[in-house]
Amino acid sequence: MKDHFTVESEIMTETKITARNVQVHYGDTHAIKDVSVEIADRTVTAFIGPSGCGKSTFLRCINRMNDTIDICRVEGDILIDGEDIYDRKVDPVQLRAKVGMVFQKPNPFPKSIYDNVAYGPRIHGLARSKAELDEIVEKSLRRAAIWNEVKDRLSAPGTGLSGGQQQRLCIARAVATEPEVLLMDEPCSALDPIATAQVEELIDDLRRQFSVVIVTHSMQQAARVSQRTAFFHLGNLVEFGETSQIFTNPQDSRTESYITGRIG
Amino acid sequence: MSDISAIPAAAPHSSLHRQSARTKKRNAAEKRFQVYGMMAVGFGLLALVVLLASILGNGLSSFRQTHVVLPVELSEARLDKSGERDIEAIKKVSTFGYAPLIKDALARGMEESGIAIEGLDEKDAGEIISKEAPAQIRDFVIANPDLIGTTQEFRLLANGRIDGYFKGRVSMESAALDSNVSPAQLQLAEALKEAGLLTTGFNRDFITAPDASDQRPEAAGLGVAILGSLYMMLVVLVLALPIGVAASIYLEEFAPKNRWTDLIEVNISNLAAVPSIVFGILGLAIFINFAGLPQSAPIVGGLVLTLMTLPTIIIATRASLKSVPPSIRDAALGVGASKMQAVFHHVLPLAAPGILTGTIIGLAQALGETAPLLLIGMVAFVKEFPGAPPEGFFDPASALPVQIYNWTQRADPAFVERASGAIIVLLVFLVVMNTIAVILRRRFERRW
Repeated sequence: MKDHFTVESEIMTETKITARNVQVHYGDTHAIKDVSVEIADRTVTAFIGPSGCGKSTFLRCINRMNDTIDICRVEGDILIDGEDIYDRKVDPVQLRAKVGMVFQKPNPFPKSIYDNVAYGPRIHGLARSKAELDEIVEKSLRRAAIWNEVKDRLSAPGTGLSGGQQQRLCIARAVATEPEVLLMDEPCSALDPIATAQVEELIDDLRRQFSVVIVTHSMQQAARVSQRTAFFHLGNLVEFGETSQIFTNPQDSRTESYITGRIG
Repeated sequence: MSDISAIPAAAPHSSLHRQSARTKKRNAAEKRFQVYGMMAVGFGLLALVVLLASILGNGLSSFRQTHVVLPVELSEARLDKSGERDIEAIKKVSTFGYAPLIKDALARGMEESGIAIEGLDEKDAGEIISKEAPAQIRDFVIANPDLIGTTQEFRLLANGRIDGYFKGRVSMESAALDSNVSPAQLQLAEALKEAGLLTTGFNRDFITAPDASDQRPEAAGLGVAILGSLYMMLVVLVLALPIGVAASIYLEEFAPKNRWTDLIEVNISNLAAVPSIVFGILGLAIFINFAGLPQSAPIVGGLVLTLMTLPTIIIATRASLKSVPPSIRDAALGVGASKMQAVFHHVLPLAAPGILTGTIIGLAQALGETAPLLLIGMVAFVKEFPGAPPEGFFDPASALPVQIYNWTQRADPAFVERASGAIIVLLVFLVVMNTIAVILRRRFERRW
């Protein structure tokens, strides 16, 4: 695994997302304090840290989901491919097509499996015909490693699937709009160990096409799936580096305390 | 030794087979509470049973009506002297011209059946047939002028007192004290029934006929009131549903949460509690006096009821929008749907059963509302049916609850029966609407 990782790390040089001095306020609460980070393309980057440390908040800044919260204020710059996503010219709707998101709790629409996946391509006009749409749906479901389980019941409701299948359906839905970045907010926290293993395997697969950012509470998971890890604590980005280095040789004492289980 | 003394003394042994005083007290309190609850439910049920029994007991008979079946000769000499069948000339003959026809027909009928009642002259005998009967025949003749000169069989309305006699409301004793009906007339009615000339059957006219004057309760029907209520409900539905839903969606999903929206929210909740008569005054001042809309018209009633129903619909819609889990909105926004797409594609369909239920309950409330309609003149006596929509919305009409109110004001005891019958019709409408609400909710409710 380690050897494999070092080979990979030489390829991943291109920066996809750059955050510079990001501050987030929820009303009077200062949730993110001056975070700067560079996230590489075709890599899995894990955000770890104790509850309430701001890792999910920061994740939601990357596709501007925080815009939907009235009292939330974001300062600083976040750039994707060198473009400031908080620029006035940027439409968050267009941004979110480019930056897909998978949520903590599987949240399929109460519609058929097919419609769940087809919804994104439909509203973005990605398919010109029914056949093309069918193709996108199949491709997305295959990518999310759920095609074989659902191919015979595409018209069944998405909410009728098991938790792990629902989450993979949500991943299929997210990749159907051909995003470039995939944000995952604790995607396995509501899943059992077997479903978690399936999703983790899938994340490793997705890395070939997307820049994946995953928030997780489980340090084992971060170690298993990510190439880079960022440790957040009380709204600060404490340490950011190669996953192997963070877990074996942390530079900051707080990181060490956290990964050894003394805080958090 | 010292170690042992440090251990606290064990609690005194207590048996589980004996309830402690505390437990007994607690159990008694629980039992008392259950008894209170059952008493409250029992009281409510009792009130409902008494109410229904009294309404059904008084009102069910209004769905049956006594008729006198007589062959009436439509004499050409009386109805169309010129013999040209000119419809205008025929229309000139008023109901007074038809009354002798009925008198003759009754006399002939009595003669043929061999009925003779002592002390009953021809005029009194004629009174057992409703004053509405000549109008019945006149309407028929105007519709079929070709039949003048023939003899046709008619089901003529019996007088309200005679009708009441067969429904148990009037007895020989009460008739002796009544200036409107005599025991001899009742005997005649009895004899006609034996001869098969007088029947009591289902009263379709109660549902379809317009209101009638004080002297002829037997002819009064709910037709205009039902049509008026229907028109008003259409107006309310067409206006209140889109306005209410649009306002709720904006307030719930789009509007920023600030002092203004808080103020609006508080005011909407308060509006739902405003007495309905206040809306009536508002309607009178704005729609009739200022906008110049006609009085007694369903359009004005509909507008006033719309104002009254809006808060109910807005509150119900907002509640059902709120109950859609935010994860659905996140999911839609996450794949790049705009806020409007998220609301219309995902949130609104999930909230639809709640919205529909709220709307139907609001409509049911509006259907039973009386006070505001009194102020805008819908309490007037209306005998003409309103025209077909859309012009009909501006014609005078009545409404079900107002018709009930109207009938309870009248002197003739036959109207008590009519009013109770109208209440039954109104209740049936309300029950049907509420049932539809329940069915819709069951059918479209989706789990997530």
